Amino acid sequence: MAETDFEPKIVAFLCNWCTYTGADLAGTSRIQYPPNVRIIRLMCSGSVDPTYVLKPLLDGADGVLIGGCHPGDCHYQSGNYKARRRVVALKEILKGAGIDEDRVWLRWISASEGQRFADTITEMTEFLKDKGSNPMRREWAV
Amino acid sequence: MVVSRDYTYMCSDPGQALIKQDIQEYDLNRVVVAACSPRMHEPTFRSAARQQGVNPYQVEMANIREQCSWVHKDQEQATKKATALVASAVAKARYLHALEEREVDVTPGVVVIGGGVAGMAAALDVADTGIRAYLVEKEGYLGGRVADLNRTFPTLESVPQLLGPLVERVEQHPSITVMLNSKVSGVDGYVGNFEVIVAEGGTVDGEAPNERSLSVGTIIVATGYDVFDPDRKPEFGYSNYPNVITSLEMEERLMRGDLTVGGRTPERVAFIQCVGSRDVQLGNPHCSRVCCMYTAKQSRLVRETLPDADVTVFYIDVRTFGKGSEEFYDQSRSKGVRYRRGNVSEIYRKPGNPDRVVLALEDTLLGEPVEFEADLVVLAVGMEPRGSAAEISQLLKLPRSADGFFLEAHPKLRPVDTAMAGVFLAGCCQGPKDIPDTVAQAKAAASSALIPLVRGSVPVESATAVVNEELCAGCGMCVDVCPYDAPSMNQLWGVSRINAVLCKGCGACAVTCPSKAIRLQHFTAEQVLAQVDALVE
Repeated sequence: MAETDFEPKIVAFLCNWCTYTGADLAGTSRIQYPPNVRIIRLMCSGSVDPTYVLKPLLDGADGVLIGGCHPGDCHYQSGNYKARRRVVALKEILKGAGIDEDRVWLRWISASEGQRFADTITEMTEFLKDKGSNPMRREWAV
Repeated sequence: MVVSRDYTYMCSDPGQALIKQDIQEYDLNRVVVAACSPRMHEPTFRSAARQQGVNPYQVEMANIREQCSWVHKDQEQATKKATALVASAVAKARYLHALEEREVDVTPGVVVIGGGVAGMAAALDVADTGIRAYLVEKEGYLGGRVADLNRTFPTLESVPQLLGPLVERVEQHPSITVMLNSKVSGVDGYVGNFEVIVAEGGTVDGEAPNERSLSVGTIIVATGYDVFDPDRKPEFGYSNYPNVITSLEMEERLMRGDLTVGGRTPERVAFIQCVGSRDVQLGNPHCSRVCCMYTAKQSRLVRETLPDADVTVFYIDVRTFGKGSEEFYDQSRSKGVRYRRGNVSEIYRKPGNPDRVVLALEDTLLGEPVEFEADLVVLAVGMEPRGSAAEISQLLKLPRSADGFFLEAHPKLRPVDTAMAGVFLAGCCQGPKDIPDTVAQAKAAASSALIPLVRGSVPVESATAVVNEELCAGCGMCVDVCPYDAPSMNQLWGVSRINAVLCKGCGACAVTCPSKAIRLQHFTAEQVLAQVDALVE
């Protein structure tokens, strides 16, 4: 059941060349989206270490977004493919650890897709609101 | 945290002076700037730090403008988020290390994509310095859209007389390589050293294109615009009535000196403005910026050719902002061109009058419906982004603005730069422009594209990956995963070593390394996890 007044906390790892620039474009275009996302800039989605995803989830973040270039567009040729494979493997591990793997999103958003970035954040925020807060938050609080 | 300051424009000279002064006064070794995107002003603040002896990699930015204040209306929530972003930047700053700044030599040479007026003007300026310009044009001729025009506004200069010598200068220039029937099919590399693949010919009879790789330092995009297709406004019956033509067809008719329709000389000529421009329903809310003036020109030339004809322009607003333009528009009216404010809703034929068409409109000054008969109707079609803009945007990773044209790095201060270092914009690919504005922008793009080439070197990524040889187990997974062959196995020591010149800093090896022996500098696990800590707290 959705909690009332629950504001999910999303940590986003965005690649410098596509999604981070797309997020900047959302800004220069003044496209509004929920303030629930906190962005960390990396050079490539392929440099997202599994611990970068695990730590926020264990610390109580409600969702983690990884944003990279569209397939074929990676600034480093193949970093986004590496990210894709890692996320698939990581989701299996999350499942095994009893963490809801749907809290981790991987999305391809290009430098020209400011609207798509804003829509993704809106969608993810709504999705996590429905899902409710990360139970880790309470467990660790004990 | 030793000192914190608040200032309106940190990137301005006084703002930077504040930072520099504090570095001196408090002997600072880390600086965090909470302002715009690091993609905008990180180089500015890095340079300010460098001047005071602080390593530029010990500067961190919190993006609280593009990714916070500009996208959230709720001030309280936005402030909360900004606070978290600043905390995250400070947390990272704690673990920043000084990195050595390195430069590589550039490859002199510029690829100019598009052989219209913009591309030619840019190529000439580049080539006049003695640096080679490769002018890539997809058609079999130079001149682009301007080659379809008759006379310019507001000087009524003959276009062939203007274009002919320009094309000739380009073709004869010893430092320009003109590549016709050619398209850019691949781009690799970075500012200073791009490899551009140009495919010549092909597609005809299934013939394979002839591919050639060009090594250059910078790229100028001058791919121009598409003309609005009037069939997207079927109510104007462009394909049904021979009386209805586009402004480009009018240019061609004026060049030939033939204004007849079905062998008859028209007595009533109408111009309809803003066809495909300022039209939200069609997805083109933008103004095409040239139609008001070319209509002032065409309507006047029609009046001069057919002094007895009634020439009426139906407009929404008349915009004549260029030098000499308002004067030209006044002259056109004084020569008898009538301007009537009204939005034409439909063009149709009346039974029994097959030679003429009727324009249905509302005269918005009188506030009454009007039917206007005409022998010849000219649709002032506007400019749209090229159909190929999406493809070029993918190829060069160029962002586009909401109107679909390529996006400049800053609307005021960096109008010809793009988000991609070393790629510049000229002409209508960035937005509708007339010829003088196009040439001005092309010359600006040329001079910006020459900066790294004249300087001779460009900074390269210092944030490369490094191996901790004491942890390295010598498995070689980093060698397999690297797209640049930067890591290699040292046979003597049985460990991997990364060639910093080849490393582009993507970090794939650091994640892959099972011993966690590889560290991507400036984005280390320590730094990133410190940011996570600050954000989730």
